[in-house]
Amino acid sequence: MTSHLGFPILTVIIFVPLAGALVTAALPAPRSEQLAKTVGAVTMLVEIALVATLVVEFKTRTAGFQFVSNQPWIPGFGIRWFVGVDGISLFLLAITALLFPIALLGPKVVGQAKSFVGWMLFLEAACMLTFVSLDLFLFFVAFEVTLVPGYFLISGFGGLRRNYAAMKFFVYTFAGSAFLFVAILAMVFLVGRYDGHDSFSLITLTRWAGHLPIADQEWIFIGLFLGFAVKIPLVPFHSWLPDAYTEAPTSASMVLAGILFKLGAYGLLRFGIFMLPEAATRLAPLLLTLAIIGITYGAVVTIMQRDFKRLIAYASIVDVAFIVVGIFAFTAQSITGGVFEMVNHGLTTGALFFLVGMIWERRHTYRISELGGLQKSAPILSAIMILVIMSAIGLPGLNGFVGEFLVLVGTFLTDRWWAVIATSAVVTGAVYMLWAYQRVFHGRAVGANATIPDITLREAAAIAPLLAGIIYLGVYPTPFLNRITPSVDHLLSHVELASGLHVPERGNPRVSYTVPSAQRVDLPSSALASEVVPARLSPARGRDLAATKTVAGGRQ
Amino acid sequence: MNAAYVILAAPALGALILLAGHRRLLEPVAGWVVVVLGFVSFGASLWLWVTLLGRPAGDRVARLAIFSWVPVDRLQVGFGLQVDPLSVFFCLFVTGVSSLIFLYSIGYMHRDPSFARFFFYLSTFLFSMLVLVLADNFLFTFLGWEGVGYCSYGLVGFWFDRDRAAVAAKKAFVTNRVGDFGFMIALFLMYEHFGSFDFSRVLAPLAHGATLPTAFATGLGLMLLLGACGKSAQFPLYMWLPDAMEGPTPISALIHAATMVTAGVYLLARSAPILHFSPVTMWLVACIGITTAFVASTIACVETDIKRILAYSTLAEIGFMFLAEGSGDFSSALFLTVTHAFFKALLFLSAGAVIHALADEQDIWRMGGLRKYLPITFGAFFVGYLALSAIPPFAGWWAHEAVLEAAYHKDVWLWVTGVVVDGLTAYYMSREVMLVFFGRSRWKEQRPEPAGAGGGGHGGSHADGHDGEPHDSPWTMTVPLVLLAIAAVVGGVIDLPFPGTDFLTRFLAPVFPHTVVPGFSLTTGTRVAIGIAGTAVNFIGLAVGIVVWLPGLARPRLEPGFLRHGWYIDEGVAGAVAGPLAVAADSTAYVIDRRGVDGLVGGIAALTAGAGRQLRRVQTGYVRTYALGIGIGAAAILIYAAARVGG
Repeated sequence: MTSHLGFPILTVIIFVPLAGALVTAALPAPRSEQLAKTVGAVTMLVEIALVATLVVEFKTRTAGFQFVSNQPWIPGFGIRWFVGVDGISLFLLAITALLFPIALLGPKVVGQAKSFVGWMLFLEAACMLTFVSLDLFLFFVAFEVTLVPGYFLISGFGGLRRNYAAMKFFVYTFAGSAFLFVAILAMVFLVGRYDGHDSFSLITLTRWAGHLPIADQEWIFIGLFLGFAVKIPLVPFHSWLPDAYTEAPTSASMVLAGILFKLGAYGLLRFGIFMLPEAATRLAPLLLTLAIIGITYGAVVTIMQRDFKRLIAYASIVDVAFIVVGIFAFTAQSITGGVFEMVNHGLTTGALFFLVGMIWERRHTYRISELGGLQKSAPILSAIMILVIMSAIGLPGLNGFVGEFLVLVGTFLTDRWWAVIATSAVVTGAVYMLWAYQRVFHGRAVGANATIPDITLREAAAIAPLLAGIIYLGVYPTPFLNRITPSVDHLLSHVELASGLHVPERGNPRVSYTVPSAQRVDLPSSALASEVVPARLSPARGRDLAATKTVAGGRQ
Repeated sequence: MNAAYVILAAPALGALILLAGHRRLLEPVAGWVVVVLGFVSFGASLWLWVTLLGRPAGDRVARLAIFSWVPVDRLQVGFGLQVDPLSVFFCLFVTGVSSLIFLYSIGYMHRDPSFARFFFYLSTFLFSMLVLVLADNFLFTFLGWEGVGYCSYGLVGFWFDRDRAAVAAKKAFVTNRVGDFGFMIALFLMYEHFGSFDFSRVLAPLAHGATLPTAFATGLGLMLLLGACGKSAQFPLYMWLPDAMEGPTPISALIHAATMVTAGVYLLARSAPILHFSPVTMWLVACIGITTAFVASTIACVETDIKRILAYSTLAEIGFMFLAEGSGDFSSALFLTVTHAFFKALLFLSAGAVIHALADEQDIWRMGGLRKYLPITFGAFFVGYLALSAIPPFAGWWAHEAVLEAAYHKDVWLWVTGVVVDGLTAYYMSREVMLVFFGRSRWKEQRPEPAGAGGGGHGGSHADGHDGEPHDSPWTMTVPLVLLAIAAVVGGVIDLPFPGTDFLTRFLAPVFPHTVVPGFSLTTGTRVAIGIAGTAVNFIGLAVGIVVWLPGLARPRLEPGFLRHGWYIDEGVAGAVAGPLAVAADSTAYVIDRRGVDGLVGGIAALTAGAGRQLRRVQTGYVRTYALGIGIGAAAILIYAAARVGG
């Protein structure tokens, strides 16, 4: 099955960077440095064009998966090449396509350009695949494969403690993935019993997961959660992150923090909650609590960091905890805010790591105590920094506020006091960001700090798209929200239907969205459904998920 | 009504021009662009006001939707403007005072290397402030609210190479954020209860008979009050304002006296229909106002920095505005807001002229006798002094009397404290005037070292003017002084307490209908009595100040230590933050996180590695630890699954 474009665009999006990586690897060793960069740049530009096409062609006011490709891959195990995109993943693809070329071309790379470009392209392909996989096996493969280029980018091009950091990054997240893998297998085998044959398809598994005993669902969910929580990372599974992000080269920090960071939260939303809504709602208080601890604890730890890059890495922990809060508050606003925040965080943190990298290139230190007064000699760099910092601490009019506010206002409806505690981040965030800014950019510049060159034209050109995104998303997020919200509403209706959760609503009457045919792809016949589980999906309980027309319109 | 767009567009355009051309626009041009656009905005405000007056009193509200901002499901928030008497009132005095201060800044910031950056911030500030007062929903208001906060941050820290300025900027922003925490919770409560942030859906029904549960109204009101306390520097979030005097003086006049700090007053006035349903909140507004006024006035009596004295008096004046609002008299609060904008801007600008003339000297003990050298500045300061001290018939007197009447109606003790504060104000302002403009010329005796030591970029910029004696400023600085002085003298006429002359009260009446702002009346006898009593105290304070400080002698017994330390409030907070809290955060970061959480991970890793070594010996060394983990886990779950399937 292909999309209405006439060619399987998602498959192409995945294989273009992969092909670029192979071409790069095959380049002859001499004079490959510049050539490799060219190949990388061209590939990523093609990728941007493809993703732009996807965004333009994406139908708004539609909830389901679009541009679906669904082919058998390993039939014996029910593994399929099943990819599709909806409002939740659409802009994650966009930010991936945007951030990679900036990370590749913006910062200076020290080391062998050929392998660097190769790994970057490979990583891009893996990230894209992760965001579009609708087959759990495919997803798991992509999810794990991201570690390989991540490892080599850190260990090959990183700072002084790069080998320690890379190993820690790899082993820690891989250990988490063991739980994820076990949970996926358990899910497939347990569901296979109802379905008659094994399938890794998200939609099939979702269709049947509700029939498992609730204890099984919870255990599977906990397994998924552990895998994703390490990747996210939620406190207390976070300690690999500061090392990995601080030791990574600037380019890798940008994509690791900007893109890979989101894989965990995305996985939780796409797979954890979608497949196991009942377990998710039952465990939500626990997970919300963990995320709230992450916000407060993370903020305190961030304030006291003495290394600018490490400080930004820790600040990311707070941001991602916000996403998790949004997801587990189960309101349209909070989840949409969470998804929006995933995109935001790519822009903002990508830009922050880029800027910190610029400081490194000028001063060869990240230590805050060795910096100071940079605003005197680098006024434009400072102005950009303060803009990005204001985005990070949620100044209205910039992107950060929209995501943060939506998460909080939605969370307030269901978990009032947790939202109040999370709102304290508006104070703590200002403290750690502005204190750091003050120590690095304000004050009197002495020694080498007094004579650093301002931002170069190349750097400015590279960071400009991120700044444009920061402002555009802050002022006019409507086109983005209009594409994200239908998918979120659909997800929520599904959660409500499956778990009996009541999502409180305020405000104007809701609009209704259509679910395109692609969404109905794998669902079994209703005869089978009523035979196996009369209780859960019968019309008496609500609407059959397979029913077409509208998903929204009349939530009870 | 389309003039509202012009009001906003002019300063936005100014900011964009300066952003695009900050390298090419040379010194006076950048300033003039902003000044001219500021006056355009003022003109548009006047036009809008006239348009509004042309409509019947009951029909003076218009909403202009611009575009949708945050639409998610049932949450629909847009950029939209509400033109009504309250927003037009704020537009008028904000654009008017701003334009004059912009003009003044051209002279004041002469030769500053960051001239264009200064005017960029000014223009952005004006835009944000106008968004704040023109928005038609609370979330858009919040955008302007945070925008002015950001500009305040950038301008307090304008001379960022002075450490004190950098610290003050951060302190201002963070303290404001504490208030913003309250504002945001208020927004959440609003959405939960009303499903909207629009004034038309939150406030309008309340003004037309809908009611709110008291508990909810109190919660919402308290959170709004917290937000207002942050932005308007009220107790206990007031200490950022005196520190914010590190910014250039035009900023102190514009942002930290006349306009931005009254945003809290605006917010509470706008929310009057909500506050009406919570008597507790109203009481608290009044009490916070009078507490701030009292604390600030006492500290001002011993302060020695020419600008910080004025900053404390700003705290006290805003406290008075809160007092009036808490007493249920919103139009008096706004009357004081606008007159205060005139005379406080006047005081700051003339203080700036003094500082300018003395090469960045700010200590009043190193001034004296300046009335002979700076006649225009002295005249302007003197008018501001009498207006602030509430001496009839200056503008401040009319406004203060209106506020005190409301306070008297609320509770007699509020009135008594208010009168004491007024007396203190007259006293410390006399002290400032005597020490700065009268007595010996102490600045001749011990010229301080050039301000370069802490002065950074600005200190050197006035060196040219100080070969000889101090002199008055260029016309760009004196013209605003004269105009503001006139306003400070006659500004009271906009709301006189006689039948038919209460123009402002009548203009604002549609915003504060009797259903939510009941109003009150005192007998004429009472009004005359409390008016005479209060005014007498003002004169006494004035006289005492003059008599005591005219000789220009140090009087340590009148400057007790606990006041010089500001009742130890700020130092206590700073001590707690720098002491126990910092230690706790530091140990969280470096003991719990580094050694605890990460140490645990390291421990597990070491344990696994050790176990791996043992296992490797058994299994001939081909097994990786993580692969083993997966294998065991998968096997376990397979067995479990098989058991479930089998059973």
